[in-house]
Amino acid sequence: MYDFNYHRPASATDAAAARKAAADGVYLAGGMTLLPTLKQRLARNSDVVDLAAAGLAGIGRDGGTITIGAMSTHDSVATSSEVQSAIPALAALAGGIGDPQVRNRGTIGGSIANADPAADYPAAVLGLNATVHTDRRDIKAGDFFTGMFETALDDGELITKVTFPVPAAAAYAKFANLASRYAIVGVMAAKTGDGIRVAVTGAAGNAFRATAMEQALAGDFSAAALDGISVDADYNSDIHASAEYRRHLVGVMAKRAVGEIA
Amino acid sequence: MNANTTTTSGIGGSVRRREDSRFLQGRGRYTDDINIAGQAYAVFVRSPHAHARINGIDTAAATAAEGVVAVFTAEHTKDIGGVPTGWQVHSKDGEPMAEPKHPVLAEGMARHVGDPVAMVIAATRRQARDAAELVAVDYDPQPAVVDMKAALAADSTKVHADLPGNLCYDWELGDKAAVDEAFAGAAHVTKLDLVNNRLIPNAVEPRCAIGDFDSVSGEHTLYTTSQNPHVIRLLMGAFVLSIPEHKLRVVAPDVGGGFGSKIFHYAEEALVTWAAAQVKKPVKWTAERSESFMSDAHGRDHVTHAELALDADGKFLALRCSTLANMGAYLSTFAPCIPTYLHGTLLAGQYVTPAIYCEVKAVFTNTVPVDAYRGAGRPEATFILERIVDQAAAETGVDPAELRRRNLIKPEQFPYQTPVALQYDTGNYEATLDQALKAADYAGFESRRKQSAAAGKLRGVGLSCYIEACGIAPSNVVGSLGARAGLYEAATIRVNPTGSVVVLTGSHAHGQGHETTFAQVVSDMLGIDYDAVEIVHGDTAKVPFGMGTYGSRSIAVGGAAIAKAVDKIIAKGKKIAAHLLEAGEGDIVFENGAFKVAGTDREKSFGDIALTAYVPHQYPLESLEPGLEETAFYDPANFTYPAGTYVCEVEVDPDTGRVTVASFHASDDFGNLINPMIVEGQVHGGLAQGIGQALLENCVYDADGQLLSGSYMDYCMPRADDLPSFQVDTTVTACTHNPLGVKGCGEAGAIGAPPALINAVVNALNGGGHPIAHLDMPATPQKVWAAMQSN
Ligand SMILES: Cc1cc2nc3c(=O)[nH]c(=O)nc-3n(C[C@H](O)[C@H](O)[C@H](O)COP(=O)(O)OP(=O)(O)OC[C@H]3O[C@@H](n4cnc5c(N)ncnc54)[C@H](O)[C@@H]3O)c2cc1C
Repeated sequence: MYDFNYHRPASATDAAAARKAAADGVYLAGGMTLLPTLKQRLARNSDVVDLAAAGLAGIGRDGGTITIGAMSTHDSVATSSEVQSAIPALAALAGGIGDPQVRNRGTIGGSIANADPAADYPAAVLGLNATVHTDRRDIKAGDFFTGMFETALDDGELITKVTFPVPAAAAYAKFANLASRYAIVGVMAAKTGDGIRVAVTGAAGNAFRATAMEQALAGDFSAAALDGISVDADYNSDIHASAEYRRHLVGVMAKRAVGEIA
Repeated sequence: MNANTTTTSGIGGSVRRREDSRFLQGRGRYTDDINIAGQAYAVFVRSPHAHARINGIDTAAATAAEGVVAVFTAEHTKDIGGVPTGWQVHSKDGEPMAEPKHPVLAEGMARHVGDPVAMVIAATRRQARDAAELVAVDYDPQPAVVDMKAALAADSTKVHADLPGNLCYDWELGDKAAVDEAFAGAAHVTKLDLVNNRLIPNAVEPRCAIGDFDSVSGEHTLYTTSQNPHVIRLLMGAFVLSIPEHKLRVVAPDVGGGFGSKIFHYAEEALVTWAAAQVKKPVKWTAERSESFMSDAHGRDHVTHAELALDADGKFLALRCSTLANMGAYLSTFAPCIPTYLHGTLLAGQYVTPAIYCEVKAVFTNTVPVDAYRGAGRPEATFILERIVDQAAAETGVDPAELRRRNLIKPEQFPYQTPVALQYDTGNYEATLDQALKAADYAGFESRRKQSAAAGKLRGVGLSCYIEACGIAPSNVVGSLGARAGLYEAATIRVNPTGSVVVLTGSHAHGQGHETTFAQVVSDMLGIDYDAVEIVHGDTAKVPFGMGTYGSRSIAVGGAAIAKAVDKIIAKGKKIAAHLLEAGEGDIVFENGAFKVAGTDREKSFGDIALTAYVPHQYPLESLEPGLEETAFYDPANFTYPAGTYVCEVEVDPDTGRVTVASFHASDDFGNLINPMIVEGQVHGGLAQGIGQALLENCVYDADGQLLSGSYMDYCMPRADDLPSFQVDTTVTACTHNPLGVKGCGEAGAIGAPPALINAVVNALNGGGHPIAHLDMPATPQKVWAAMQSN
């Protein structure tokens, strides 16, 4: 780790200001990704702006919307009674991230800002048609993930919360990398006010919607409706899973998710 | 085995491990916990290239950086010897193996990713790291060779300039003509190509070394994470640094796991020891995890073609194997003997196979050196044998358990001379087979298979009948085979005047529980309180010259040395007692901690004798020295031969290829057990590593020699939820040639588990309509799925 200036602002406004004033600043949320990067000297930032005291944690329900503060940990989402009753698939997804230590530190804001291609939350954000709220604007899920580790966030833009419209039903099926336990493929299938949505993470550079599957399910919401549908994407390939295997797993996981709620 | 039924603290008691209280509370004292006033910190600059010429190294900026004490490169270490090899293997043609120099810092050429190129020493670790980034190495990358077959080609890239074809040795064992003849007359021949995947050891505690030099006494001290401090002192002192042994002390305090990877002498140990004298400060180095991945010796990495000949009744006639063994870029300390004398000699397994021939080509590649890893050669041999036996069963339509049974060495055949040099002293293989099959309800498998099928899963069952050879010995035989060291063990029993006992052992504990087990042996033999026995190990200044701990040798060799030393204590005690009791020495018996005149009620307690030995007022001074301290060096007459049967059931998810271990049953014969609970723990750990190799762990290099599995994101260690609840039990045939009748249990799990797993996976796929002969480890979801697609 190289030296950096450390800030612990008491509000989102102060956080954004501190970040703006820094030559090469970075927000720190749970630190599960950022700290190893700094410790291995893969990143060198002049300033670290810790969001721990910025008042960005908290989960609430307002009618048909679940609001999750950016600094809410995976564990708090997994164990929230509001999330569990409104969107059990989201609670289950959060409860399946990493291990207890990671879930007690890692946050939803950090996860989606980081946009790891193998992260779980992007499938939920996209599949449940969430909105990402920042200190500057609201970003629709479909516009948020733009590439591998790339998002629509501008430099210094701060995620404050994520809102999820409560779906009629949703399920998430994950095939974990046995080593990292991140998703090799994760599929969120949901019946939302906006129609049937099927979102895939882990398989390609960033999370994407499997529109061919959505169309098939619109007519017949059943696992069988997905038979024979092979989703085209720019699949990742690595030592754990070839592109071909990932393509296959998208079908399997989609059927499992759909089967759970059909 | 039920760990909780005995309360005795003597031999056979499941005493709780006395070392666990400090380990579990974080109060162990590991090398990194040692800090010496004024110490400086070393950081190594390592090659990012698998193969690169080093045109120059500019250390000016690093040397000038804040806090820097010194920057060393090969230019400074010219007079330091290369890292030596402890075993010399000869090729078929009688020529000694190629033994290219292994410099402590790369000399003009880096040969694997992680090869140390420069050493930076600074006042703080941070400063050393900062300065290391300023060392400018002018690399000229060369083509790398990673694949062993490619490396053997005459026109291949040369890892060492003077070695075309990258061949270290081409070794053979067995009667080739007899094997060829048997094959010619065989009713059936089964052939198999197998890969034994490369593993990265991953002890919890990374390697660490501290060098300290006392300029007044001229004494060097090395604190290091070692499984065998005396061996390090011998190799480093004699071959690398030319420090006489009386001026070199090596301390290996608590060590957090080794699994073989901490047997070897590493360059970093020599460099901190040497540098401490150069810079006149203690020098400390602690590996980071990513350094461990690219600098700890790896394990396994064999590619084998095997053939088994059977007669019409399914009796094995002959076995032949041809193996390529990866040595990596340099020879690690015991690397040459692993694929030869710890591998070829094990190929008889538990079976009567009249003729066996094995040839092994050891190959240099641009990868991390490969050496012993839990099991060391024996898992590779067992994998070949237990896979090919299963395949032969499948091809001939005989039940795998039945085919094994037909070929087992029978109890009355012991001592049994194998065609591959070893002579097994004792065993009852059918007993462990029967016990395991019964406990695992092998007969009831079909109904469980149907249950799994109803749930959409493919279920398979796999067996493995392994044999292990522990406590490699005797010294004169291993010497004739190329060992450059003896393989005895030493122990001193120091009885204190008030009757408590200190045991100084040459064995080294790095998780095995010796402090408990050895104390049980001594308290039992002397009839004294378990808490009155202290075990001391891991410091060449304290303990007699010992060979350390590896190859499951500690109880069989180290424990035997302790027992021999205790015998000497008792013998001397009898002399003292005879004097005190005014009886003939031959009339004294030692029972329950007391020296008695046989057939009378006259006796002296062990404590009385101890006190008399040190306060020799009533003492036969003219014929007997005072004091009560004895040392024994025990050189075993033979290896010990633990054996057992493992039965494993797996479920395969046909949609994803994911394998889960549904059950695992292990029946082992380890001879007499000192502490059944500790033995059970050793089996559990070994099984976890065996399952790790079979299903999860894999070291992957790309074609350029970059390590793709260089962190836990990509290298999959087994975790608790990857494992079933193990069922383990034991049978006992006592070892015939050591005083405790023990055999050793440290590696069995890692040896026996992998073929049981793969046999079960192959069985599941075959039963599920996917006929395959073999699947290489690890059986990852992707690999299993791909196998199902093509079959
Ligand atoms: C061992 C391990 C296992 C894991 N397993 C999984 C898994 O199975 N599935 C999974 O999805 N994830 C997994 N993760 C990732 C983890 O869950 C976190 O989501 C991830 O590390 C990022 O969250 P964080 O809160 O730790 O963010 P940090 O590491 O603190 O930050 C990550 C990045 O996001 C930026 N950032 C953080 N908060 C904000 C914000 N509010 N606005 C704008 N930018 C912000 C930071 O500047 C930084 O660039 C794992 C991590 C580890 C270490």
